[in-house]
Amino acid sequence: MQAEDELASIGIVIGGAWNGARAFTATAGPGISLMQEFIGLAYFAEIPAVIFDVQRGSPSTGMPTKTQQADLLICAYASHGDTKHVLLFPEDPKECFEMGAQAFDLADRLQTPVFVMMDLDIGMQDWLTEPFVWDDSHQLDRGKVMTAAELDAGKEFGRYLDVDGDGIPYRTYPGTHPKRGGYFTRGTSKDALRALHRGRPRLRRQHAAAAAQSSRSAKELRAGAGDPARGAADARRRDLVRVDGRGDGRVAGRAREGGHPPRPDAHPRVSVRGRGAPSSSPRTTTCSSSSRTATRSCEMLLVNECGIDPQKLIPILHYDGNPLTERFVTREIAEKARLFNVTPLRKAAG
Amino acid sequence: MTYLTKPKLHHPGLPTNALGLTRRDYEGAVSTLCAGCGHDSISAAIIQAFFELAIPPHRVAKLSGIGCSSKTPTYFLGAGHGFNSVHGRMPSVVTGAALANRDLIYLGVSGDGDSASIGLGQFAHIMRRGVNMVYIVENNGVYGLTKGQFSATADKGSKAKRGAVNSDEPIDLVQLALVLGATFVARGFSGDKGQLVPLIKAAVEHKGIAFIDVVSPCVAFNNHPGSTKSYDYVRAHNEAVNRLDFMPHREPIDSRRAGWRRAERDAARRRRRCACASCTPSTTRATRSARSPTSRRTARMGEVVTGLLYVEDEPLDLHDAQNTVGVPLNALSDAELVPGSAALASVQRRTGVATAA
Repeated sequence: MQAEDELASIGIVIGGAWNGARAFTATAGPGISLMQEFIGLAYFAEIPAVIFDVQRGSPSTGMPTKTQQADLLICAYASHGDTKHVLLFPEDPKECFEMGAQAFDLADRLQTPVFVMMDLDIGMQDWLTEPFVWDDSHQLDRGKVMTAAELDAGKEFGRYLDVDGDGIPYRTYPGTHPKRGGYFTRGTSKDALRALHRGRPRLRRQHAAAAAQSSRSAKELRAGAGDPARGAADARRRDLVRVDGRGDGRVAGRAREGGHPPRPDAHPRVSVRGRGAPSSSPRTTTCSSSSRTATRSCEMLLVNECGIDPQKLIPILHYDGNPLTERFVTREIAEKARLFNVTPLRKAAG
Repeated sequence: MTYLTKPKLHHPGLPTNALGLTRRDYEGAVSTLCAGCGHDSISAAIIQAFFELAIPPHRVAKLSGIGCSSKTPTYFLGAGHGFNSVHGRMPSVVTGAALANRDLIYLGVSGDGDSASIGLGQFAHIMRRGVNMVYIVENNGVYGLTKGQFSATADKGSKAKRGAVNSDEPIDLVQLALVLGATFVARGFSGDKGQLVPLIKAAVEHKGIAFIDVVSPCVAFNNHPGSTKSYDYVRAHNEAVNRLDFMPHREPIDSRRAGWRRAERDAARRRRRCACASCTPSTTRATRSARSPTSRRTARMGEVVTGLLYVEDEPLDLHDAQNTVGVPLNALSDAELVPGSAALASVQRRTGVATAA
């Protein structure tokens, strides 16, 4: 479906998802700016949506033909306040494929918008990549949807009723049952049973608590998406604050591709890789790989949401729109690290 | 008395429709709009239309934007799902919802601020696309929620409550809808329920986009001398080109059958079309362009043209254009949605990607 503009494309996605379809839209930074209002509605009203963000230079029109990961903060906190969104960070086209599929499961399971944070470098350049693999045993996770049979059986239903204690309520698809399960969706206010037209302070506090619970659930789910086996495997991966002496993902891949394998003497550096919602625990983080673009916004997310000590981070800034190179990262880190070098007093005196 | 819950009891002698439901089953919560608001009359007309058509209330999705008019879906068809979306963007949400599930009936309720100002862009595109829905604009010419500023449909020269004269040309949504390719265009008046109910019924049965502009006076801010959207003015200048009756020729629908399916509705539609072809006012493309100047000329003379102004007999809708699958997307199974690893491998082979050995 070709929409007339970004306001309509995100509206169509949300309308479709509200009606039980899996829907997504793809855009870049300016599109994300335009979609803010609807993303806030989807977050508050708990409607799944998947947004592929092919990031580019910022702000405004920016550099449409160049690359940058400038949208981290605007996506993490899309809408005017009190939101925390689920962001997935693929490092190459293969991960785009995998996380693309996973994003829909997460969105349905968590009933919230999920962003797949690509960039122009991944989105528009030719890449050498591993062949894509699909696991035929994977079942789509449609999340908590109450059926007509369950309603007939007398199961308790309230659109925002937290039955399982994970902050994620059940929903019904429109048209499910003649008597039960009908509800109103709106962005004003809500109690456990329905959306309300007027906001009330008590409810406001409850929303905040529910959102926090839902965010915690997001973290637990981050990778496994309901599949215990994969969850366990990914639990290890997601812990990671990976120390990698050879340069990680993107840079290494790029370097190999260009016939310049990462130098073995490259400085060890921390590269944070993971997936999930912005979280408060460094063990369960998510943030972009620091070697991709250690932008100011990435640093802010790491410090504010992952609780990482800012003293332990060495930000390096890269914003000219060209792909990040291994050489640049190595040089920058070496330069920064040099500042920490200590000359022994004795030697200095001598 | 909006703080009182509406009693569920009703008179045992209330008439029932083909589904065995009473009019009360088509109502919603108690309205919180001003007493005498035209919008409440439109809600009542919607309730009556759906009751008489014997459509199961839960099979109707009610969508709206922001504003007084957009609050009204709470006040009718309480069993249906509703969606109070963001200001002026109801059309895109309906478009997505309609694409996702073609079996439901979509009723979009909007206002003149919602559709002619902030939402004019989306209004235009939903008319072009022919989304299968009923689009009702409750048109009162003012922003009632923000104390009565002129909206974009207020007539030039009409007066606000405090006497300010509107200097801007009005946007006529009926003319716009005609030009943009809507296949069912009508205008009603909230004070003329006899004319409005058949219009809504015909709109529901119409395939493709059915647009009804309903002039609906705002008793708080636009019901005074000098206004062209007041009860008195519209009653005095109502130029009704027709007052139709709607006669669906179809077998009664068995309420006990759970799946009230689209196929039956389409069949009913085909039968209806033969029956009332003679009474439809204009069904050719030529009349589309002819209608528009008429409407404009009469508007200049201060008349409010009401009635069914244009209808196309064999319209195409969004599903025809997009060639969508015949069942709701939420009913598709994994097997239908996921092509699987073999298909992926074949795509990668075709595109020259070496697969893992």
